[in-house]
Amino acid sequence: MKFITISGPPSSGKTSVILKVIESYKLQNQRCGVVKFDCLLTEDDKLYETKGIPVKKGLSGGLCPDHYFVSNVEACVEWGIELGLDLLISESAGLCNRCSPHIRGVTAVCVIDNLSGVNTPKKIGPMLKFADIVVITKGDIVSQAEREVFASRVKVVNPRAVIMHVNGITGQGAFELATVLNDTEDIDTLKGKQLRFSMPAALCSYCLGETRIGDAYQMGNVKKMDF
Amino acid sequence: MKDFLSLSIANLLNEYIFVYDFLDSYDLKLKDDELSKSFREFFDSLDEDKLEEKGLSIDLLKEQFVNFMNAMTADADTIEELESITIVGGVNKYGEPENVELTIRKGEVICIVGPTGSGKSRLLADIEWLAQKDTPTRRQILINGKVPDKKRRFSIDHKMVAQLSQNMNFVMDLTVEEFVRMHAESRLIENADEKVSAIIDEANKLAGEQFQANTPVTSLSGGQSRALMIADTAILSRSPIILIDEIENAGIDRKKALELLVKEEKIVLMATHDPILALMGDRRLVIKNGGISKIIEVSEEERQHLPYLQALDEKLVSLRNQIRNGEILNE
Ligand SMILES: Nc1nc2c(ncn2[C@@H]2O[C@H](COP(=O)(O)OP(=O)(O)OP(=O)(O)O)[C@@H](O)[C@H]2O)c(=O)[nH]1
Ligand SMILES: Nc1ncnc2c1ncn2[C@@H]1O[C@H](COP(=O)(O)OP(=O)(O)OP(=O)(O)O)[C@@H](O)[C@H]1O
Ligand SMILES: [Mg+2]
Ligand SMILES: [Mg+2]
Ligand SMILES: [Zn+2]
Ligand SMILES: [Zn+2]
Repeated sequence: MKFITISGPPSSGKTSVILKVIESYKLQNQRCGVVKFDCLLTEDDKLYETKGIPVKKGLSGGLCPDHYFVSNVEACVEWGIELGLDLLISESAGLCNRCSPHIRGVTAVCVIDNLSGVNTPKKIGPMLKFADIVVITKGDIVSQAEREVFASRVKVVNPRAVIMHVNGITGQGAFELATVLNDTEDIDTLKGKQLRFSMPAALCSYCLGETRIGDAYQMGNVKKMDF
Repeated sequence: MKDFLSLSIANLLNEYIFVYDFLDSYDLKLKDDELSKSFREFFDSLDEDKLEEKGLSIDLLKEQFVNFMNAMTADADTIEELESITIVGGVNKYGEPENVELTIRKGEVICIVGPTGSGKSRLLADIEWLAQKDTPTRRQILINGKVPDKKRRFSIDHKMVAQLSQNMNFVMDLTVEEFVRMHAESRLIENADEKVSAIIDEANKLAGEQFQANTPVTSLSGGQSRALMIADTAILSRSPIILIDEIENAGIDRKKALELLVKEEKIVLMATHDPILALMGDRRLVIKNGGISKIIEVSEEERQHLPYLQALDEKLVSLRNQIRNGEILNE
């Protein structure tokens, strides 16, 4: 199974982009699923369900959603493999700009939108700096000049990333994104893989700088999802 | 490849203005007496505990810095200028071959016509993505007659297509001059001042009503915004192809707009069914069932209809203005 992490500020267009990418995969008879991580509440799971996409949701409550993510992502991957998916996508709303859900060896996508302002790329931090692919949305509601300025600001923050423009409503660019994502390697487990960036002090072992994934490494305040 | 960690900071800042962006995005501040150091010495002097709070370490910073410098300096010059694009036909929605090989050169204006759902947007997307028989249409796009360098697909500095869309909103709260200057600066060009005044001049030639350099972009009228965007895209955008989704009639001289884009050696692609624009173009591509079904060269004979159409158009505009001004229509 292929596994991809997609993160980005709230309402940047993650779900819209994922839905369009999955439409593209469906045409090639690929089975896709999504796990959605958020803090308090999300309606995204219903959106995915109505499109017939298998979905799991995890709400972190008081914890940083990225911490919660890393404590649960391994089980998510097991779930995806059990369902026989070809592609599993995790969607997480990077609420704290300090953390990032990106894992070494797993394709990492950051979704940001043109409306967020030209200084936002600098503020986003590891979620953007450590992404392999940066998807810029909502190009339809700004001018060509603003699109170009915004993309160049993204580039100076993460010059190694592939920067792509996708329209979350019309799907323009989604086929191309799907083509790029298709280069991702298959994985059987996340055990032993590492985060690209350590998470800040809070309450669990990952707060203390742990980057390895797997039950053996989880201590302290660890919350688990229901499967 | 240069050893960016060993060179003096002052030299690097001089040569590569984007080094400031790296410092900014990692929230690093340089003191004056540190400018003569190398970045290796500077990073080594940082407090490892403070960096850890931000999830960083000295080694990670060094690694990121080298990656950053290599990526920022790798690009640009290695990709060749575009003179022409060639669309090598694929198949339509029924799998029938398109049988076309069409070359479009700088300065040409092409209209793309066809019913809704026929595949106009897909053709434009194939061009933007430099399709290599890897899209549903199996088309292939050549640049200067050759298979393009793979790097071009992902280079934001060599983006193929700039798009002038129907709704022209500005989200930034800047004056016209500040706005255009910011665009110029993001391109790291040298004669920014010159470009900025050229753009404002040209935009004012296209717009019905004049605006000033210090007018806030958010208070421009629809026609003025459109004029500013067309002039800005013509003069500042690096993309060789300009895609126009219907230029509305609203307060802008469409003929002059096309002339400006052509003068700046752009390839102009218009998805339009407006007969005036269609006749101003050089060729029309007719799209049917997902394929290019016909290429029409606009003939002198066809162009003879232009004065008549323009007169009709002017008539309509004047009637519209009478309505707008609260008048009663009178011939
Ligand atoms: N105009 C425009 N709107 C878009 C685009 N992409 C997404 N949107 C709109 O932006 C809003 C937020 O999109 P979502 O896809 O729900 O964003 P998200 O990142 O998944 O949001 P959360 O999961 O709540 O953080 C929706 O109203 C979308 O319709 C785009 O390219 N253009
Ligand atoms: N040659 C082709 N083979 C397979 N699918 C195609 C082909 N050409 C176009 N399509 C698909 O047909 C659909 C409609 O095409 P497209 O959106 O480009 O139409 P359009 O002409 O832009 O329509 P509109 O005028 O409504 O904007 C798209 O899903 C597109 O991917
Ligand atoms: Mg969402
Ligand atoms: Mg279309
Ligand atoms: Zn966090
Ligand atoms: Zn934690």
